[in-house]
Amino acid sequence: MDTAHTEQRRHWMAVLARASGEDIAGRLATLPPLPPHTPLRPAETGLVMVRGRAGGDGAAFNLGEMTVTRCAVRLGERVGHAYVAGRDKRQAELAALLDAALQDPAWHDALMGGVVVPLAAGQAARRDAEARRAAATKVEFLAMQTTR
Amino acid sequence: MLTPGFADPVLHAQAAFRAVLDAMSRPGRVQLAGPGLAPPAPLMRASAAVLLSLADAATPVWHDAGADADAWLRFHAGAPVATTPRDAAFVLATGAPPTLAALDAGTEEEPERGATLLIQVEAIEEGTGLRLTGPGIEHEHRLLVRGLPDGFVAAWAANRALFPRGVDVILCAWDRLAALPRTVAIAEG
Amino acid sequence: MYVAVKGGERAISAAHAWLDETRRGDPAVPELTVAQIEQQMGLAVDRVMAEGSCHDRFLAALAIKQAKGDLIEAAFLLRAYRTTLPRFGASEPLDTGAMRLRRRISATYKDLPGGQVLGPTFDYTHRLLDFALAAEGAPPPAAPEAAAPVAPTPRVTELLAREGLMQREAAEPGEPGDLTRQPLTFPAPRDVRLQNLARGDEGFVLALGYSTQRGYGGNHPFVGEIRVGHVTVEFTPPELGFPIEIGEIGITECQMVNQFKGSRTEPPQFTRGYGLVFGHGERRAMSMALVDRALRSAELGEDVTAPAQDQEFVLYHSDNIEATGFVEHLKLPHYVDFQSELENLRTIRAALARDSMAEAAE
Repeated sequence: MDTAHTEQRRHWMAVLARASGEDIAGRLATLPPLPPHTPLRPAETGLVMVRGRAGGDGAAFNLGEMTVTRCAVRLGERVGHAYVAGRDKRQAELAALLDAALQDPAWHDALMGGVVVPLAAGQAARRDAEARRAAATKVEFLAMQTTR
Repeated sequence: MLTPGFADPVLHAQAAFRAVLDAMSRPGRVQLAGPGLAPPAPLMRASAAVLLSLADAATPVWHDAGADADAWLRFHAGAPVATTPRDAAFVLATGAPPTLAALDAGTEEEPERGATLLIQVEAIEEGTGLRLTGPGIEHEHRLLVRGLPDGFVAAWAANRALFPRGVDVILCAWDRLAALPRTVAIAEG
Repeated sequence: MYVAVKGGERAISAAHAWLDETRRGDPAVPELTVAQIEQQMGLAVDRVMAEGSCHDRFLAALAIKQAKGDLIEAAFLLRAYRTTLPRFGASEPLDTGAMRLRRRISATYKDLPGGQVLGPTFDYTHRLLDFALAAEGAPPPAAPEAAAPVAPTPRVTELLAREGLMQREAAEPGEPGDLTRQPLTFPAPRDVRLQNLARGDEGFVLALGYSTQRGYGGNHPFVGEIRVGHVTVEFTPPELGFPIEIGEIGITECQMVNQFKGSRTEPPQFTRGYGLVFGHGERRAMSMALVDRALRSAELGEDVTAPAQDQEFVLYHSDNIEATGFVEHLKLPHYVDFQSELENLRTIRAALARDSMAEAAE
């Protein structure tokens, strides 16, 4: 698989990992139904050990675990994978299905435009609102007297 | 092309776990494992079911089963593949297995880290063949193994002498399996 | 020694029924939902995730409800639950430099790239009980939003490191140790110590951190930086072979900057104590950073004299689930143990009485 394709795939997987099953289903409902798929691995919740680095940039250490749900489906000759934070099985199923369908050129553009782009826009807007809220709490120092 | 693993990962893994538990507590008794499972060749149902049940991200697996089996095990068991048999928690031999002495026998402090060797053989049958004695066997139990590697019984005696360290073996023939835990003594029939 | 005794089933079942009833409290008062706990008791949820060593806000909130607000019991429930789940693997190490900041402050530099961002903090509140909260009302007005968002900013320690005034962290290759898989052995490497402290009891780690400030192994700390926000978690599924983003988690990081006299091989410079915890947990992250630095005393050639510098003392007693288990096991039946002690005492007393009678008779 070429790098550009992997980057695209990483992008849609990242967006789907941050969207709830309900939100993905809501977006999919506006599109024609996807072809039938075979489950390869049913949605399953497990753990991923989250690692940090000593001092932020030193040797890795194990911080603690987080719940993650994964799923894999086959759609024609394409296999879709999902690993998403939390325990939303519907999210994992839909993310795996979309990962398979998005690899299919016949579906790619419709699904990007109908699902991934709008979800990404909503996520970016929420991130921006929070970052502007944080910026509003930034201290603007007023020196009473300049000393050194 | 990747084929499915257990249709019901929880129930089927529990059933295979139970088969291994029974096999380990009653050495040489044949259990069934992996009905309905369709692993890629040369994996057998029983050995595939054992690995899907017991192997995971924390247990490196070494095998000689080729690329299809490799992809299937990586995906369904999520287990990393070990570069040498000594680094593996589970070793699967579909052909001539590595010698017992080449596997991780654990340490005196943590003997439970000793590897489990799965050997795929042609057939296992109770009633004749090897004479097994030891914990879990009242007097003597007999197990006929077709396709056991040459020199296995002598190597086993050396493995058993390491106790509490040592390697445990599970013999797999299609959907049948029998265990040789490190405590069992084996004499030729 | 414990003795298996039968009986008590009816008493236990009645006790559980009463527990359920007291958990619910007065039915005339509306029942708490898990979502309410998750949203409105967020810092309790964060603490349970940290000490339960499992990031899942809903599960932590459910545990708090089930534990009637006993946060150690809730962490215990979460730890028990996590043992039922398979582990898919380990994430890529978090990049806290790319954190989406909610809060970021430094006590070492007034003006630093990115500035001092206060975020939703209790600091500067007057700690006066707010009776307005007792009257349920409309939600508070939305917090103001600035025209321009804050952007990810480099860590403060990096500024000092660039000048050569801050000891660089050694990036040791290889798999970090994991307390949930391998028992603690001593001397424990720093990766294992950090894991232990990250899930340690907040009160215990806080008290130890405080003790270093009061002179028990002090090393003159400054808060180089505290940052609170969200980081992306990346994981490489073996079947894909490349890292993918699986979501974001809330996290708090504290970098303590400490003096270091230098050694034969290193010039005098600053050294770091590091704290990293799930959720918004500033007190916990700061305490962890103080204790991390204290535990580095031996490797930095400093005298190990204080409790906070003693690895065995700190790491063996930081886990409140383990501590609870051992302390609370004392309430299990010790009937036979105690009978033997009683017998012993009676025998000694009888012997003493005999001796004194014999003396009196002489």
